[in-house]
Amino acid sequence: MNEIERLMTLMTGDEKHSAAATSTLDVIRVLYERVLDVSPETVGDDRRDRFLLSKGHGPMAYYAVLCSRGFFPEEWLSGWASYDSPLGYHPDRNLVPGVEIASGSLGHGLPLAVGTALGLRAQGIGARVVVLVGDAELDEGSNHEAIELAAALGLDALTVVAVDNRSSSYAVPGRLEQRFVTEGWHAVSVDGRDHDLLEKALSHREIGRPNVVVAVVEEKR
Amino acid sequence: MTVSSRVQFARTATDLVETDLSVALVYAEISGQFFGEVERRHPDRVVNVGIREQLLVNVGAGMALTGMRPIVHTFASFLVERAFEQVKLGFGHQDVGGVLVGSGGSFDIAGGGRTHQAPGDVALLDTLPGVSIHAPGTAQEVDAVLRRSVGGSGLHYVRVVEQTNAQSFPHAPGRFHVVRRGAGATVIALGPVLDEVLSATEGRDVTVLYASTVRPFDRRGLREALGSPEVVLVEPWLAGTSAHVVADALRDVPHRLLALGVGRTELRRYGTAADHVRAHGLDATGLRRSLDGFLTPGHTTLDPGRRLACDLAATGARRCRCSSVGRAFAL
Repeated sequence: MNEIERLMTLMTGDEKHSAAATSTLDVIRVLYERVLDVSPETVGDDRRDRFLLSKGHGPMAYYAVLCSRGFFPEEWLSGWASYDSPLGYHPDRNLVPGVEIASGSLGHGLPLAVGTALGLRAQGIGARVVVLVGDAELDEGSNHEAIELAAALGLDALTVVAVDNRSSSYAVPGRLEQRFVTEGWHAVSVDGRDHDLLEKALSHREIGRPNVVVAVVEEKR
Repeated sequence: MTVSSRVQFARTATDLVETDLSVALVYAEISGQFFGEVERRHPDRVVNVGIREQLLVNVGAGMALTGMRPIVHTFASFLVERAFEQVKLGFGHQDVGGVLVGSGGSFDIAGGGRTHQAPGDVALLDTLPGVSIHAPGTAQEVDAVLRRSVGGSGLHYVRVVEQTNAQSFPHAPGRFHVVRRGAGATVIALGPVLDEVLSATEGRDVTVLYASTVRPFDRRGLREALGSPEVVLVEPWLAGTSAHVVADALRDVPHRLLALGVGRTELRRYGTAADHVRAHGLDATGLRRSLDGFLTPGHTTLDPGRRLACDLAATGARRCRCSSVGRAFAL
């Protein structure tokens, strides 16, 4: 059992974790360990890179990674989701250091990320904004408003990482990536478990247009 | 020269963008005719998101997350009602501030019908903690409240409508202006209903209080002004929206309350704002009738729903084949 798995076990009490908990695990690890310029020391710095977990469901992997990076103490994990814990089933930016948005209701993170990217651009800050969505989360129409505007305004600080575990009802194969491409995004699809491929895809920053990385993982059962 | 409240909003918002680098203006096509010039000058801080109201609110909230002060604007129906969850979560739950400016109100766009009428906006926002709600009564009050709200902190809603009062009052959030002092009942005019209230209470020995900022609500001012234990609340949005605040302010004072405002019955009428003000009994004649019923011993007051139906019948309203209107008319 590696360090992240050990930390997740503190929350779940279970060595085998659910699909919702682990589908995002490798993406979040790669982002914090290899891609994003943010640390406990820079959480208050205007120039930090931002990671927005839009799909707030199954946040154990997120908490475990933040904890392993030193954003909050390990003791927080064992009491998670209890009344006195700052860690809930959906994260809250006002309770957890390093958490950029409070999420849980689907379809809010990407629009918030567009506003964040616009706010940074207006202030001449070159930091990146990476937002994680689920393939089923893209069922929410609010995302499509954001996908259209981000491309129209050339928000190249913005990267969407869409974790695809084929959990959307009425899915059409290839639709997820194609929707972004149609709007003018730079799109790439990678194995969502391969850390090197994820690092390469997530580190790329296309000039003049937003980026989407489709991280394909095992199908949700 | 006096301009309309909406034009004043556009002018003040433009000036704030021009003079304060932290201010952003986000809108969704609506009022774009006013913003062309400032948008050309400051394309990074003046953003038209198109016809995308969910995005409108969350883009404003996202900019606020980076430390900017957003002004977020469209018609009230789309800003507050369509995108309510975005207001609740994007601003409220994230705990970031901004200034939401909704135009149209309850019936500025009377001819547009129900889709463009938002009498429930204040009641909806009142379910969220800590939102300052302003209903400026003149263009001058629009200017003052917008400058104060944008220059301040927290989440504000500014309700910009074409109905106005004759007199402007200094911006005093959380404080009632005592417009008239009397020994009898206390009549509270919230926002642009003051002229009708003053006309309706002429010759009556009542106190008239006015506020354009309705949240926070001046509970102490109400207690201090109270003469006889009768309170009449007049608000140009859903009737009863502020009744709970009055009840709380007077929780240890035996009192009677008449809460007047826009009725809940859907009129299915077009026409003008004045037609709707009259239909909801918010013109001077309607208010006087309600005051007579409430303040004259032995007089009975019709409940608002029944009164609305009476008013409609009195206007010689045609019978409609639509069953819901038929029911509303059935007395």
